Amino acid sequence: MVKRMLSVQQVTGGYSGEAVLKDISFEVKQGELFGILGPNGSGKTTLLKMLSGILPIQNGRIQIKEKLLQDYKPKQLAKIIAVLSQHSSQSFAYSVKETVSLGRYAHQKGLFQTWSTQDEEIVQKVMKQVGISSFQHKNIQELSGGEKQRVFLAQALAQEPEILLLDEPTNHLDLSYQKELLDHLKQWTAQNRLTVISIFHDLNLAGLYCDRLLLLEKGTINIDHIPNEVLREERIMDVYHTNIQKHPHPKVAAPQMVLLPEVIKQENIEINEDMVHVTCDYIELKSPIPLRTMSSGVIGSGTGWHQTFVNRHVDKNYNCDDHRLEMAAFLRSKGFEPSETVGMMTAVILEDVVYQQLKLDEFSIFVLVTAGVGNAVDASRSDRHTVEVVPGTINTWIFVNGELTEEAYIQGIMTATEAKAKALHDLEVIDQVTGTIATGTSTDSILIAATQNGKLLEFAGTITPLGQLISKAVYQCTVEAIQKSCKRKP
Amino acid sequence: MQRLSIQKFLNNKVFAYVAAGIFLIFSMLLGISIGTVSVPVPAIIKIISAKFLGFISLDSVDPMYTSIVINIRLPRVLLSGLVGAALAIAGAAFQGLLRNPLADPYTLGVSSGASVGAVLTLFFQISLPFIGPFTLPLLSIVFSFITIFLVITFARKIERSMRVETIILTGIIFSSFLGAIISLMIALTGDELRLIIGWLLGSVSMRGWEYIKIILPFFILGSVILILNGRELNSMSFGEERARHLGVNVYKRKLIILSAGSILTGAAVAVSGTIGFVGLVIPHLSRLLWGPDHKHLLPLSIITGSGFLILADLVSRIVISPTELPIGVITALIGAPVFAIILLQRKRIERSG
Repeated sequence: MVKRMLSVQQVTGGYSGEAVLKDISFEVKQGELFGILGPNGSGKTTLLKMLSGILPIQNGRIQIKEKLLQDYKPKQLAKIIAVLSQHSSQSFAYSVKETVSLGRYAHQKGLFQTWSTQDEEIVQKVMKQVGISSFQHKNIQELSGGEKQRVFLAQALAQEPEILLLDEPTNHLDLSYQKELLDHLKQWTAQNRLTVISIFHDLNLAGLYCDRLLLLEKGTINIDHIPNEVLREERIMDVYHTNIQKHPHPKVAAPQMVLLPEVIKQENIEINEDMVHVTCDYIELKSPIPLRTMSSGVIGSGTGWHQTFVNRHVDKNYNCDDHRLEMAAFLRSKGFEPSETVGMMTAVILEDVVYQQLKLDEFSIFVLVTAGVGNAVDASRSDRHTVEVVPGTINTWIFVNGELTEEAYIQGIMTATEAKAKALHDLEVIDQVTGTIATGTSTDSILIAATQNGKLLEFAGTITPLGQLISKAVYQCTVEAIQKSCKRKP
Repeated sequence: MQRLSIQKFLNNKVFAYVAAGIFLIFSMLLGISIGTVSVPVPAIIKIISAKFLGFISLDSVDPMYTSIVINIRLPRVLLSGLVGAALAIAGAAFQGLLRNPLADPYTLGVSSGASVGAVLTLFFQISLPFIGPFTLPLLSIVFSFITIFLVITFARKIERSMRVETIILTGIIFSSFLGAIISLMIALTGDELRLIIGWLLGSVSMRGWEYIKIILPFFILGSVILILNGRELNSMSFGEERARHLGVNVYKRKLIILSAGSILTGAAVAVSGTIGFVGLVIPHLSRLLWGPDHKHLLPLSIITGSGFLILADLVSRIVISPTELPIGVITALIGAPVFAIILLQRKRIERSG
């Protein structure tokens, strides 16, 4: 069974009579990384001060390891709880090692409190852990904010605590030390069964590292739960009174929040054929604003924000070890910024490009297709094909002048793919290997880009208004593009 | 590697004590030797060895020298040394506790309390039965204790936890009030003006062994208590909350350190008057030379403080000999510029660092 390290029951308290915290109850188990969140003034620091015994509580009980907090002597308590607070005064020029050594105070016995070899070993060990050994003889007043923070962390660790209380530990730390500190904390909770209770300002860091979060709102508990439950869009917007959006972390199963800055809405910008520029090397579409994209291009694939869209002509025998690098170099040579660009490749003659704009009352779409069916494949029998990398031959671009949800992007891709397959079917494009009707080519690419301005389009299934436009435009453009390309064949 | 650094550290501290010790012995010899009658150093060493260790005969030494050293110069040097030591260690402790490099033994108003006691004695020409001439130091000590008791009670009344800011403010209030009482008595006095002013400016002359007996027990008591609280002082100079987190019983230790510092200050003021700047400059200087670790800062302040006041006393009596200048004037004349230089130096270090 996991030991209960801390238990807070119906605690009320604050400064000089005024209750900052009202009726707070929660528990923290051994080895947990427990985060405390809340807007400014919600009582986070007050709570931490109560837990560390600095601030007396007016009502309720705080128990540390099943014993009342006030029953601990200061030295006893310091052996269990170490605190890293935000501010420390450094009036005098102590050396780093002297500062860290003070952490051993509670462990030293006797009138003269002799410095044992064990004390020395622990101090050296913790200084190494937080990476301050190299400047242990330096004066702490000369250190940067981040270095000081690490010195005081080492001091807290030198106490060999079972519970570590932290008040915004990542303050003053740069990105790499933030990560390193939190990775360490996580590791210590897992390996040494250290219990960590920490205030966080950064919801994302909290969501990423904490096992459980406590969200305070105006001195009461809003919720005490796992990060995924606490970091809900509506809840956070409500507690913090601001506009944010939840977003999954790309690598870890942790919720992330992004701020939505209040921007002045731009007048409706419409992506249309005026922005298309065709040369014999590439087709370029330059948008006046960055567009939210989901694509499978060579460059700028996945989801993102991109402003320039390039479909590049390459020779049929194009072969390159690292086609991404080569493509980026190509874009740069033509004056495009690869990070802002979605780039695709095709062997099709670019003059054969087909595009079309379709409008409904409140939104419009613009579709651009280049198609060649030299290596058409029947997807249902694709296992008969061998793997060969040739540049995609049906490249479909769909621009939506409207705001799309994530679902709409995915549905849009499905709809466009179905429309393309139907076009190939109607034109009876044959898979040369299987002899059946093809559904596409082996290296097709697709792009959906939206201005995220104007009408909100939640869905893009085939019979929704957007879906209808997409299927119609993609079908027509693909048919026409294939026909054009077939004509060129000898 | 680790061993080496520890040894280096030790050597460093050992060197600090050796240097401070040499300074103290040098000052003492100088203080005993120089005067209207100059006593040669070998004679001093012989006399002291004979008197206190008793294995050398004094036959070869001029009896006048013996008389001067034992009855006049040695007690004077010892007294100024003890006063300097008491003020310096109390200053170092108060600065650490109050986290304020501008604090000194007089910040809390203890000296004003002691002065009120002394000035009252002079003003009303009080002479208590049995102790007679020692009425003044005794009343002075009693008043200093009453003052610190009132300051602490008052600070606690304002705020249970007695934050250092509150203590400093309370000290300022008491100092001003007691200062006003002293000024009032000075304004009302007639014949005793010179006596009162002379006492206020501080002096260690013509006190004899009796005064050493008065200050010595308080000095030992206060110093031992402070030195035993060196680690707590270290923790508390990082702030009371942090000290608490480190396991220090802040409230208790604060009371202990305040009381010990006040005992030292009260006793020093009682025997010699208010001698300024020793308690401010010496801790600063020691900290600058040997670092802020109170385990060493406090003993080193004792040694340097006593050496410094012995020299200051020497200067005060030889500048326009045979007239003696008040020692407080000398310490201020030396101390203020030294303090200014220290501050400049510190600022320069901070800026470059």
